[in-house]
Amino acid sequence: MIPASFDYIAPTTVEEAMAALDEAGEDAKILAGGQSLLPVLRMRLADPRLVVDLGRVPELRGVRQEGDSLVIGSMTSHHEVLGDPLIREHAKLLALATRTVADPQVRHRGTFGGSLAHADPAGDLPAPALALEADMVIAGSSGRRVVPASEFFVDYFTTALQPNELLVEVRMPHWTGWGAHYEKFNRVAQAWSVVGVAAAVRTEGGAIAEARVGLTNMGPTPVRATGVEQALLGRPATSETIREAARHAAEGTSPTSDASADVDYREHLAEVLTGRALTTAAGA
Amino acid sequence: MTAIPTTPGTEPELGRARKRKEDARLITGSTRWTDNMALPGMLHLAVLRSPIAHARIASIDADEARRMSGVQAVLTGRDLADEQGSLPCAWPITEDMKSPQAPPMAVDEVHFAGEVVAVVAARSAAEARDALDAIDVDYEDLPVVLDMESALADDSPLVHSDLGTNRNATWTFDSAEAGTGGDVEQALADAEVRVERTFRQQRLIPAFMEPRSVVVDPTGEQFTMWSATQVPHILRTMLAMTLGVPEQKIRVIAPDVGGGFGGKLQVTPEEVITFLLARRLGRPVKWTESRSETMVSAHHGRDQVQKLALSARRDGTVTGLKVELLADMGAYLRLVSPGVPILGALMFNSIYKFPAYHFTCTNVFTNKTPTDAYRGAGRPEATFAIERMMDELAAELDMDPLELRRKNWIGRDEFPFTTIAGLTYDSGDYEAATDRALELFGYRQLREEQARRREQGDTVQLGIGVSTFTEMCGLAPSRVLGSLSYGAGGWEHAQIRVLPTGKVEVVTGVSPHGQGHVTAWSQIVAERLGVPFDDVEVLHGDTQSSPRGLDTYGSRSLAVGGVAAVHAADKVIEKAKTIAAHLLECSEDDLEFSGGRFGVRGTDQGTGLADVALAAFAAHDLPEGIEPNLDAEASFDPENFSFPHGTHLCATEVDTETGAVRIRSYVCVDDVGTVVNPLIVEGQVHGGLAQGIAQALYEEAVHDEDGTLTTATFADYLVPSAADLPEFTTDRTETRATSNPLGVKGVGEAGTIASTPAVVNAVVDALRPLGVDDVEMPCSPQRVWRAITGTRTSSDTAAEAGGGLGSMDTGGGFAAGSQGGSR
Repeated sequence: MIPASFDYIAPTTVEEAMAALDEAGEDAKILAGGQSLLPVLRMRLADPRLVVDLGRVPELRGVRQEGDSLVIGSMTSHHEVLGDPLIREHAKLLALATRTVADPQVRHRGTFGGSLAHADPAGDLPAPALALEADMVIAGSSGRRVVPASEFFVDYFTTALQPNELLVEVRMPHWTGWGAHYEKFNRVAQAWSVVGVAAAVRTEGGAIAEARVGLTNMGPTPVRATGVEQALLGRPATSETIREAARHAAEGTSPTSDASADVDYREHLAEVLTGRALTTAAGA
Repeated sequence: MTAIPTTPGTEPELGRARKRKEDARLITGSTRWTDNMALPGMLHLAVLRSPIAHARIASIDADEARRMSGVQAVLTGRDLADEQGSLPCAWPITEDMKSPQAPPMAVDEVHFAGEVVAVVAARSAAEARDALDAIDVDYEDLPVVLDMESALADDSPLVHSDLGTNRNATWTFDSAEAGTGGDVEQALADAEVRVERTFRQQRLIPAFMEPRSVVVDPTGEQFTMWSATQVPHILRTMLAMTLGVPEQKIRVIAPDVGGGFGGKLQVTPEEVITFLLARRLGRPVKWTESRSETMVSAHHGRDQVQKLALSARRDGTVTGLKVELLADMGAYLRLVSPGVPILGALMFNSIYKFPAYHFTCTNVFTNKTPTDAYRGAGRPEATFAIERMMDELAAELDMDPLELRRKNWIGRDEFPFTTIAGLTYDSGDYEAATDRALELFGYRQLREEQARRREQGDTVQLGIGVSTFTEMCGLAPSRVLGSLSYGAGGWEHAQIRVLPTGKVEVVTGVSPHGQGHVTAWSQIVAERLGVPFDDVEVLHGDTQSSPRGLDTYGSRSLAVGGVAAVHAADKVIEKAKTIAAHLLECSEDDLEFSGGRFGVRGTDQGTGLADVALAAFAAHDLPEGIEPNLDAEASFDPENFSFPHGTHLCATEVDTETGAVRIRSYVCVDDVGTVVNPLIVEGQVHGGLAQGIAQALYEEAVHDEDGTLTTATFADYLVPSAADLPEFTTDRTETRATSNPLGVKGVGEAGTIASTPAVVNAVVDALRPLGVDDVEMPCSPQRVWRAITGTRTSSDTAAEAGGGLGSMDTGGGFAAGSQGGSR
């Protein structure tokens, strides 16, 4: 498992990184935590001319609050996300989903932004990002632009990022006080999700005031289960109403068949797991 | 001579839970793995493999590769055709067995995806790998044969057209013909109850931790080969026979080897090719595989279709068993491929007193990676089938599955017992192991909980699975191997050298690759010779220092090789006794040996083994005709197999909404005879259970319709980790084997053999009220869900794009150049 040869640079600022990307164009790959890129390189599924390692760019790391927004640097590791008090308080769903990613070794290396930009349909973080209405802050040669999660994930392993662009940080509103749960279904502990459900619920006086549900691996991109969200509005937070609402989970999804699950089984799992995720999130 | 006090209160070495002395360097990896070897001027080999399962090689263009940086040679099968020979198969199970030519490197035709078509030797591993991409092979596709049943049809395309058939051999045992019992057809015709089932043993991949690696140095008087192999001795002899190189010109070293599970019981194409390249280029050459190469090219295991019919009386007494197997050989016969199912032939009757038995197995060629030994080799398949059948019979009769087994097993007072398959089980106590297992498991309480959940219609159902088993271990009595047409014997050899300072070297012919033999052999010899554990060094795995041996597989090392060490130690004592008597000026009959000391009976006079060793070394005053050393060697050929047994109980929780299976508790009580080191036994049992559970729930090698392995990485081939496995409750009963002086039976395969049926029986037991009577392995959530809901799979799986690493090379879109992407 020896990759094809490539040039390597490790910039220390975003500007240096951008300059390198500008010059190499489509021949460059960005190395964040390397948990997906390295296997891909070693299996020679990609052979970039240049690898730009963001590991030494401190400004891309860390979590902070800016006004009403929670801001997560793209190079913040999963381990850092897990331990961050701001995330625990204002975006609990993200912490819960991150906890299910692979194993401790991977979580120490892998990064939040890397995971989103890789856009693996079976990855566990795009669905929570979608559910929590995250905005992606993208740096390009002509400045920065902001793309909402709903437009960021385009297709299998494909995002709105252009070859010479860089995901700098992720911003999301505060979800303080929302109940949350990420229900992951996989074959062995370190495997990718067969299906995953990210659920966040705000209850008021025993009723569901608002709900957000994102689905992992139910199509080429993460899917928002809007049918479920709407069916819950104003309804009592009971297991019956949740089970009823969960019947809408597979609506508008386009899952595929693979070695772990056929389409019909995936659709069935989406329904069951949505019910479970919401039940835990709502404390029903 | 001075009197030497014995150390009072010393814990005996045998039975002591010592930590393994070899572990520190093995665990840290700072040791002699083959890939750690670097020799002056060494070249690196990279292997180009066919991506196609069956094709004619029209042409290979390697001109560009030959011009690339660092490349010293690019060779194809045609370049080596005159010297590469055919890879050996040592087990021609029948006289009319069909054997295809098995060139290490394909010459005209490839027969499975993963077969070697060209190799590059270069100054660095990276340059060798780069050059592979520049080799252009033109393949002309040939029809692919994948399914065993259709492979046997008259109009099937052929894997090897020159053989005229896809049938390798058919092997039969019939108790009426053998005179060991009655006629099975009669038993089935007269049956009060008949159970018929077909089970599929899925194809598995032995996922040893250290990838295979070979280094060959041709620069000395001998060729020296280092290889990550289980079988250095067999490899040396087979290399000589395959290539026509005089055997004395080959030295094979298995340095530290990181696991095998049967997967390194092989003479591999790459070993032969590396040898030939080193010889041709006159320089040392190294080949180390990637995990992806392991998955497609190292031999696979299992892969049988098992059709069984069992007859019984209404009271549960079994009256007959008929077994018809198809066994997938893959594209070629490797070292013992055809014999693997035959190792199971004598085990389907297991611990039960069947009065009539018929076994037939047809081996079939397909365009897939060759199969061969994998942990248990034939015996897990047999145990799975019979233990599933016993549970099905119990269900049919509405009997408790353990009660049914009790009714049919060999009672503790009936040993030695000659079975319907003609084996004589020397000892055992199935009652004791089962009683202990029931106690640890809380069987009654779990049955009560099961009833409660069933009554309440709980979405999570509880299942209880039983597996009582035995296996034939300690391969093997040479005369039995001869009667089964195996190409070698089953003896083992040991030498003990007592050094002038009283330290001891034990040379063993077995070849450890993770089992802990160095520690166990040290304990055995320390105990026997009365020397400190730390004074014993164990040498192995080098045909130069350990010239005789038949290596490690089939739970044979302790029961055969360990016993050879005992015999050698006894010879050392005999030799030393003569010298000691001479030194003490007494008769040998007056001496007793204990705790490393020869004492003169009735006196406080005596001398220690170290003093005798020094006296022998100095040789100043030895008795007439005595050689000046205490060294001794011994070969041991067992008279019988050993028969470990045990009772395994598994409780599973099956989520009927998702099909997910969780093992709630697992209890096993194994009887492996006398235990040398309980910690090592415990480790073997845990690892074995993990591997057997993996077959039941997780692992499967899957091919698409073109014969491409779609589970070719660990992202798709699901090896469970500790996080997926339950706490194991293990215990032992001890019934000594009578066939060897240690009383040991072997433990390497027990856990793997017994656990698979225990888990599947538990899954089926949970679902039986829902009308389920079988779930194909591995019992994946989707399969369980489909069994519950009765829904059929909607389409052929695999090739569509999905998520995860595995999807990237099967059209997931990544390779097609997604943008900005992989960060």
